[in-house]
Amino acid sequence: MNGVRIVGRPVPRKEGREKITGSAQYIDDMTLPQMLFGATVRSQIPRGKIKKITLGPEIAWNEFVIVSAKDIPGKNCIALIVDDQPCLAAGAVNHPEEPILLLAHPDRHLLPKAVAAVSIEYDALPAIFTIEDSEKKSEVIWGSDNTFKSYLIEKGDVEAVWEKADYIVEGEYRTGAQEQLYIENNGVIAAYDAEHGLTIWGSLQCPYYVHKAMMALCDLPAEKVRVVQMETGGAFGGKEEYPSMIAGHAALLAIKSGRPVKIVYDRLEDMVATTKRHPSRTRHRTAVSKHGKILGGEIEFVIDGGAYTTLSPVVLSRGTIHAGGPYYWPSVRVRAKAVATNVPPHGAFRGFGAPQCLFAMERHMDRIAQVVGLSPVEIRRRNFLKPGQTTTTEQTVREEIDLEKLLERALQLSDYRAKKERFAKENGASTRRKGIGIAAFLHGAGFTGSGERYLSSVVGVEGREDGSVRVLVSSAEFGQGTKTILCQIAAEALGLPYEDVSIAQPDTGQVPNSGPTVASRTAMVVGKLVHSAALGIKESLIMDGKLVDACSAEEFRSALRDYVAAHGPFRSLARYEQPSGIFWDDQKYRGEAYAAFAWAIYVAEVTVDLTTYGVTVNDFVALQEIGRVLHPLLARGQIAGGVAQGIGYSLYEKVIWQNGRMQNGQMTNYIMPASTDLPPIRVFFEELGNVHGAFGAKGIGELPMDGPAPAIINAVADALGVGFDFIPLLPEDIFARLGAISDTELHPAGAA
Amino acid sequence: MRSDPAEYELVAPGNLQAALSLLANDPGAWLPIAGGTDVMVQYAAGNLPARKLLSIWGLPELRQIEVLPGEIRIGAGCTYSELREHKTLTGEFPLLARAARWTGGIANQNRGTLGGNIVNASPAADSLPSLLVYEAELILASVRSERRMPYREFHTGYKKMKLAPDELIRAICLQPRFSTHVSYARKVGARNAQAISKICIAALGKAAGGLVEDVRIALGSVAPIPLRLVETEKSLRGKRIEPALVRLAREAVAAEIRPIDDIRSTANYRSIVAGNLVVEFLQKLGAGRNFT
Amino acid sequence: MSLPVTHDRRKCEISFTVNGVPTTVDAYPMERLLDVLREELGLTGAKEGCGEGECGSCSVLMDGRLVNSCLVPVLQASGANVVTIEGIAQGANLDALQEAFLEFGGTQCGICTPGMVMAARYLLSKNPHPTTEEIQEGLSGNLCRCTGYIQIFDAVANAARRGFGA
Repeated sequence: MNGVRIVGRPVPRKEGREKITGSAQYIDDMTLPQMLFGATVRSQIPRGKIKKITLGPEIAWNEFVIVSAKDIPGKNCIALIVDDQPCLAAGAVNHPEEPILLLAHPDRHLLPKAVAAVSIEYDALPAIFTIEDSEKKSEVIWGSDNTFKSYLIEKGDVEAVWEKADYIVEGEYRTGAQEQLYIENNGVIAAYDAEHGLTIWGSLQCPYYVHKAMMALCDLPAEKVRVVQMETGGAFGGKEEYPSMIAGHAALLAIKSGRPVKIVYDRLEDMVATTKRHPSRTRHRTAVSKHGKILGGEIEFVIDGGAYTTLSPVVLSRGTIHAGGPYYWPSVRVRAKAVATNVPPHGAFRGFGAPQCLFAMERHMDRIAQVVGLSPVEIRRRNFLKPGQTTTTEQTVREEIDLEKLLERALQLSDYRAKKERFAKENGASTRRKGIGIAAFLHGAGFTGSGERYLSSVVGVEGREDGSVRVLVSSAEFGQGTKTILCQIAAEALGLPYEDVSIAQPDTGQVPNSGPTVASRTAMVVGKLVHSAALGIKESLIMDGKLVDACSAEEFRSALRDYVAAHGPFRSLARYEQPSGIFWDDQKYRGEAYAAFAWAIYVAEVTVDLTTYGVTVNDFVALQEIGRVLHPLLARGQIAGGVAQGIGYSLYEKVIWQNGRMQNGQMTNYIMPASTDLPPIRVFFEELGNVHGAFGAKGIGELPMDGPAPAIINAVADALGVGFDFIPLLPEDIFARLGAISDTELHPAGAA
Repeated sequence: MRSDPAEYELVAPGNLQAALSLLANDPGAWLPIAGGTDVMVQYAAGNLPARKLLSIWGLPELRQIEVLPGEIRIGAGCTYSELREHKTLTGEFPLLARAARWTGGIANQNRGTLGGNIVNASPAADSLPSLLVYEAELILASVRSERRMPYREFHTGYKKMKLAPDELIRAICLQPRFSTHVSYARKVGARNAQAISKICIAALGKAAGGLVEDVRIALGSVAPIPLRLVETEKSLRGKRIEPALVRLAREAVAAEIRPIDDIRSTANYRSIVAGNLVVEFLQKLGAGRNFT
Repeated sequence: MSLPVTHDRRKCEISFTVNGVPTTVDAYPMERLLDVLREELGLTGAKEGCGEGECGSCSVLMDGRLVNSCLVPVLQASGANVVTIEGIAQGANLDALQEAFLEFGGTQCGICTPGMVMAARYLLSKNPHPTTEEIQEGLSGNLCRCTGYIQIFDAVANAARRGFGA
């Protein structure tokens, strides 16, 4: 059986010891000689033109380094997809907290006063803050029509389904912004000299994204830019694209001053100025037969991208493709767009468009159930995708996934049926109403369609002098277990002890570009390449006559030592090749969207306290099919952590906006669940394998973000007989709605 | 960290008299800081106007919990953890013990002091309603004298209090005479622990023969100061505990409180939930059980 | 662009013990203990996650009590016995609580880990056999964004079962 020695077992976290002893080096733990500290002067208005900048007389400005857009050697933009986001605003300002000036000083305590002493006069322009205002186009703030990107998926014949429908079910669903809230704020150090070029150390997910952005910003060739990822204290997507901005700022200060510059945000700056999850609005209109089968429908999916494009086209893409959930749609039209508003640009956050559209889909399924008169369980059973059927993008489900069986298992694990019945009986008289809700969903792993081919990731495994091997990837560790699983894979492939495999710190000067650490691709895509590259080491030794295929670990080590002694350390490289038979049409948005889907059923049990209108999640079952569990503790940890973030997304984490600026940018007032708020999160796995992933693994990093919100809100509807179609759902929201309904009208069951 | 430490003076006289002398010599110039759980947050945010601070952390005269005949005297510098660990105190005054548990996480309970919380005077502070219903008295000390004041009279408006510029709170005095009362406390925050309250309640009551014999109710976060619901108490005293009383209580509470919309919650929510909490208290009072 | 080096009269000498070592720093009295530990003493295990005593990643023990070092002016640590995460392991030997964290997957990105270990240590020292609710309460001032807490609870419960803190 493949991979039983190391893969699949809970080997020690590769960098665990450093973390548990406090010796792990995060960016703020690092200092360089002669280092300056940097700070950013930011816009206080949402939209306008900079008229005048005045430096207040109370500051000794000659002690400071001051950088403006004029100091940018290359192109004033943060290169990503569309180069529309300036590194520093030169004339136009398009969101609150937009960076305008940079300051540096040896004493970091003098920076806040200096920042406050910069006065900026603007000619303010009217600003827009909502999807609706953006759609109105009375203010066009981006491009010709405020639309960053749009997609259209058409399958079958949507127009024909309306006449055949016994029911037409409509619904509108909304999700709010969410802050990633990694416990370590964004931070970088930049150093520059003419001989070595620019070096960036930082808390980041994608060293090569930063590398590319610095080349364009600083007008430097590839070999004059080096990016090193430090130990990173949580990321969740919030350090996918944003680090290019903060790195650019530190770089400009370093270039101008000739000294290293550290910029580390405090919590307030990080919350108000950096990216968040895209708010969304989804509208469903679905034709359903009297047997509860979906005949077809229209889905409109809109996300608020903030002021600049950043990653909105890709977030939109994933949301568009996942909008139909794990169901069979004979016909569907999905119209999706990302629109511009005058808020700080939204960006990557675990799930990346899928949590938004799947919230809508799963709430909508419960609504359909209610209209048709079926249970939430039955409506899903009748519509689940089956092997051989096609998704909304006409991708054929090729694996033997049995969603009905998965659902049944989740229902048993959660004691769903008995609880639902008991709650219905007991709720009537109580001020504590209980409910139980389901979410069924899927999550595609890796980049969409031809994305992985475009990335063309390269992975290295190095044979070393002492007979050990070292994995060389740009994939970042930020808690999810990158280092551990990639070393497991290499060790398993080569028959070596886990301790004989190390992994290099991601440093663009040392490691090839294995692609960004995003899209749940590391285990599956990068892992598979690590497997190949590791085997490549062995093949070299075999070809050299030093080894036979069936060898012991000691024989391998010995052969490698000899080889390196003779030839020097060497690398085996593996490059991504798109598997044959994967076709994706970027124009029609049709075909094989993802190499693999993971599938899941989540069940949430809640209590709604009618004294306080507060919702408590009492029990949570997270059941998912993920191909192969590479490391049981890491996998369970990923799911539990994602569920906790999903619980936050549904019930606790609200961004309070005023004129485009987040008002509650502190941990006291932006509430994430603490240890006393979470239920036991019960995690279960099934493994169907995956030919495209290392040892059969699928990606799981983002999957757990998709299910909690709809499961919880469905449970609240079950408890109260009143459905809510937006998140976050706060006690004040429940109060406002129930205030209009008297106690006697509150039905314990029946409404969705 | 948005303040420059170089701009701040912090002194730590070793005893209470020295601290009081400093305040007397330069009234209004020194901001006392105890455990720092409020002051240091403002400081880090760059929002601390004071530049001269007087550390009263660890002053031995403020750290005792004295069990005297008819009174327990809590030194103003006692931390919430010390309150929680004092068996007599928690036994006699469960509402205060409960509130101490709610005040931040463990690390903040180890530093936050009862005196500091009183002087910080946030209307949302968890323990202040319990002091109101327990009829606490404060001992205020200065070089001039020591005086006692009913805690009910201490707060006069939002962050305004009857504390002279040269005074410190020395102790909080509680008389154990509520052990046969039904006690009820509840905090409603944005999450279960470590949350500023949206609304909190401390209540004591005694029922006899189905009638309300004695009732004391205080709420946080419904007014600029922690509020003792004097009028509501008046309307409840002597009444029969029955559904009609519930409606009366809700109306009385709604009329007496002045909640606002703020970053944490809304006035309407606070208003209705305040009524719900008082009703829940009355139900417990009617059933004759303690509920904290 | 260097500043002239002079002795700043606003600083004072503050002495305390850190991880068993008597230490004296020359600091402004209102410097945060967190910053003194990290910048003066090179003990970067305690982290700043929020600067307002909410996240607990700066937690250390001061005179045997768990405190948020971001809220302690260093003058108030004068004469105190301070223990940080660096003082927990004995050379190469992790203590049983640290071992449990590793064994049960209680650490992911690691940024909350030093504070979480100090808080768990403090909990078990006060309550060697905590219930699940007591573990939850003991750690309620330490935010973790990665784990959903369940494997942290497993680690602490396991350390308790093995007699840590008793």
